[in-house]
Amino acid sequence: MANEVIFKNRDLDRLWDIEQYRSRGGYEILTRILTEKTPPAEIIDGMKTSGLRGRGGAGFPTGLKWSFINRSAPGDKYLVCNSDEGEPGTFKDRDILRYNPHALVEGMLIASYVIDAHRAYNYIRGEFWEPYERFQNAIDQARAAGFVGNNILGSGFDCELNVHLGGGAYVCGEETALLESIEGKKGQPRYKPPFPAHVGLYGRPTVINNTETLASVPTILREGAEQFRDIGVENSGGSKLFSISGHVKNPGVFELPMGTPFSELFELAGGMRDGSKIKAVIPGGSSSPVIPGEIMMDLTMDYDAIAKAGSMLGSGAVIVMDESTCMVKVLDRMGYFYYEESCGQCTPCREGTGWLYRIVHRIENGQGRPEDIDLLMDVQNRIRGKTICALGDAAAMPVAGMLRYYQDEFQYHIDHKKCKVGAGA
Amino acid sequence: MSALETKNRNELFTPEIRAEIDHEIAKYPEAESQSAAMAALRIVQDANGGWLTQERMDEVAAYLDLPPIAIYEVATFYSMYEHKPVGRNKLCVCTNISCMINNSDQIVEHLNNRLGIKFGEVTEDGRFSLKEVECLGACGGAPMMQVGRKYYENLTPERLDSILDELE
Repeated sequence: MANEVIFKNRDLDRLWDIEQYRSRGGYEILTRILTEKTPPAEIIDGMKTSGLRGRGGAGFPTGLKWSFINRSAPGDKYLVCNSDEGEPGTFKDRDILRYNPHALVEGMLIASYVIDAHRAYNYIRGEFWEPYERFQNAIDQARAAGFVGNNILGSGFDCELNVHLGGGAYVCGEETALLESIEGKKGQPRYKPPFPAHVGLYGRPTVINNTETLASVPTILREGAEQFRDIGVENSGGSKLFSISGHVKNPGVFELPMGTPFSELFELAGGMRDGSKIKAVIPGGSSSPVIPGEIMMDLTMDYDAIAKAGSMLGSGAVIVMDESTCMVKVLDRMGYFYYEESCGQCTPCREGTGWLYRIVHRIENGQGRPEDIDLLMDVQNRIRGKTICALGDAAAMPVAGMLRYYQDEFQYHIDHKKCKVGAGA
Repeated sequence: MSALETKNRNELFTPEIRAEIDHEIAKYPEAESQSAAMAALRIVQDANGGWLTQERMDEVAAYLDLPPIAIYEVATFYSMYEHKPVGRNKLCVCTNISCMINNSDQIVEHLNNRLGIKFGEVTEDGRFSLKEVECLGACGGAPMMQVGRKYYENLTPERLDSILDELE
């Protein structure tokens, strides 16, 4: 498909083998950078021009993030890739690791060169064993070809690349929790500031980027930052992987230009299954507020458009729900997730996620009380902005989103002790 | 302090396990061997029938020269470590949103009926145990489950039956 960056060479049957990756220009840009000793500032400028923003969900400009590292500061610096893909609805990084792992290896090496890191880690969630093996194999192949290790390609640049496997904790997708986890501790987020660029892994300057972000880097630098930027729209440069799941006919991962109408993505996924009608869409992972289907149909998939509609593009994880879906049941399950995954460090999140879950759960089970909707709004409001990391916000935001559009369903459950939708009651 | 401290490091675990843990320790800077705690627990758990005992955790602590509490904290924080016996096949079923709206309830019910166990339980013959897990990042193949290192996607009751038949 045109405009693809990460999936561009998916037509090759074994793109994860280094020969096939190299047959389409793989490792060319790394080789050029290392042999020409391209000034890191020049690469950072290119990344800024490309408009690439962090693909993990927060959307922070990548070039800017790299520029925060004081390259000439003495001592170790680290590059960390976040492959702890766990935001419900998101399954794109798994495909990068499985199908195009060398793009990530090359991207991590380039980023390491830019920030002068001699050790890089990819934090892969522990459940991703098969993707991990693919990625580890790519590292081994890259090492055998002289791209990893000491004095890479005779350039004098050293870089070790290793995998750190997670152990099952959603919160480790938060960058500072992830650093704690690499250090062999509980994954509890750290206060910011200091930011990881100053005090990161083992207390040293660290850049943490998402898998998709780093895997985009080689193509951006090889084919031109402007070209990448122009694939997308203003404020949302380039292409993006969208994971689409739920009640669509052909769920999967699609790479599309930023700013593509949702209706196109929806069509690529085959539209609704079994002739059902679209009811609602969660546009950017379970933390992003729900949007009714008819509003979604008029939106484009980019940061600004989704934000204007009151939600977030997040990780680009789109969950489509048909008319048989009970929104109370959906929020009940989401509430349980955040309650289960809260690390317990901050009181508003530790206690508040339990409150949210218990209230929605009793509404779902026909034991809702008249005051419960106000109580839900009150509790979510007491979590937002009051915790160290964004997990609290992630638990709270979907509640407000659900009540914004589907309060009648919650009210019906409370008043009639049963489900308005029928199915899923 | 643990009595294990007096034990020689080389008396802990088998040579194979020590080699695996040492391989993990080597990934990290010197003096940062705590970073290998998660991997060490995973390796030891795998070699111990899929679950951890206090004795095993104490051995990991001794091997990494850490206070036992540092290891207990990690072993109880992350959901993939088990503290009770599990089946030879630990069926980890996702029930999060994308799986739920694709009938993961039906999958769970089928497993409950066929195996006669609920979440957190083990079949009498020790062949299967059942665990509810959060999103495993394979929503395009919902409903799905993980068994060992493998993902099984697009589950139906019929497909489940043939998968279970093949698991020893």
